Amino acid sequence: MIAIIDYGVGNLFSLQSSFAAIGEEAAVTSDEAVIAAADRLILPGVGAFEDAARKLRDSGMADVIKREVADGKPLMGICLGMQLLFDKSYEYGAHDGLGLIRGNVRPIADVIDKGLKIPHIGWNRLIVKRQSPLFKYLRDGDCVYFVHSYYAADCDEAVTATAEYSAELTASVERDHVYGCQFHPEKSGDVGLRILKAFCEIS
Amino acid sequence: MITKRIIPCLDVKNGRVVKGMNFEGLSDVASPVELAQYYSSCGADELVFYDITASAEGRALFTDILTETARRVFIPLTVGGGINTVEDFDRVLKCGADKVSVNSGAIRNPDLIDQAAKRYGDQCVVISADVKRQDGGFRVYAKGGREDTGMEAISWIRACVDRGAGEVVLNSIDTDGVKGGFDLEMLEAVSNAVSVPVIASGGAGRIEDFLTLFQTLPKVDAGLAASIFHFGEVKIADLKAAMAAAGIPTRL
Repeated sequence: MIAIIDYGVGNLFSLQSSFAAIGEEAAVTSDEAVIAAADRLILPGVGAFEDAARKLRDSGMADVIKREVADGKPLMGICLGMQLLFDKSYEYGAHDGLGLIRGNVRPIADVIDKGLKIPHIGWNRLIVKRQSPLFKYLRDGDCVYFVHSYYAADCDEAVTATAEYSAELTASVERDHVYGCQFHPEKSGDVGLRILKAFCEIS
Repeated sequence: MITKRIIPCLDVKNGRVVKGMNFEGLSDVASPVELAQYYSSCGADELVFYDITASAEGRALFTDILTETARRVFIPLTVGGGINTVEDFDRVLKCGADKVSVNSGAIRNPDLIDQAAKRYGDQCVVISADVKRQDGGFRVYAKGGREDTGMEAISWIRACVDRGAGEVVLNSIDTDGVKGGFDLEMLEAVSNAVSVPVIASGGAGRIEDFLTLFQTLPKVDAGLAASIFHFGEVKIADLKAAMAAAGIPTRL
């Protein structure tokens, strides 16, 4: 069973449905017992970093996640959920994340060409930098769906794929059994479902 | 590189997909959920569901259809039609919509854009504008293209983006249903005026119209159409193959 961590951020209907579509049971939950019983965890998130980081701490979920990860449970952060895995975000100030992956979250405006639209929104091709269990079913040229204005920086050793938007923006990261996708696998059609399936097969 | 998006639009009334010529003479086409799944499997990059129901029963049916679609289709889903309040945003987002498109509701109450953008983020708010040439300029129409608002279109769209709309759907009433190609002149004027993605709507009749759109106006991000897809006049898989062959960034 997969626990999709519910800490009051965003709509988790599509995410839950996408697991159902690949035949995996997924519970949207903030119940510690359910999270402890789960085989793997998903940290979702949309919206602003500061608000989400606070909700994660206030709900107690930050400590629960850290404990489960320390026990060796696979975790995947999606979109803002990926950004929360890092040390710090510089979205409207400086805010602490979970510190599970070394690096910082910075505005894409710092690195992309002037005149390009922000957010980086739409389907973009994954450029694989390093093999990852998440890419088990990935094919050359596969595209995934992005919506974001900030990106994970200072994390070269963790980057597994990027997407080109005048600069190469971090698309996915990995450190031990902690994974992150900047894009939305639950909105990336068959490619996204295959990435989720690969995550479910990590033992 | 971000790929150019192809977006089929499904007008839904009483649980069925409909599409008319110049907004009139609607005719039944198919089941929305099945059509959405079909388009997703053919390579559609996104779907728009447009609720043209007036009754409360029809609205409840629409949200059921939306929920069922979001359960089975895993590409971005935009919902429009009858969005007048932040509660309307909430209603369709809970059913699995990713973006919400406002049109007449924003004309009546422009603050709706600010409120929704603040609560759900700019990326969630799409301003859809029905625009017609008039007296040498571009004029915004309301109520599905039936009512002249008297507002100049470019300044209206720019104001909506300033308020927080994260995307613009520009529907040219002049070219809608004519199938002679997108309204390149109108689209150029709008895409030069805003820095958010612009989606072209109205006028596509064949594959070449999309190629011309993306090659002539690289700033336009997506092409939207309805009946040509519903009636199979343009097959999405063929369209995307033709775009890729023409060197247009395309998701295959």
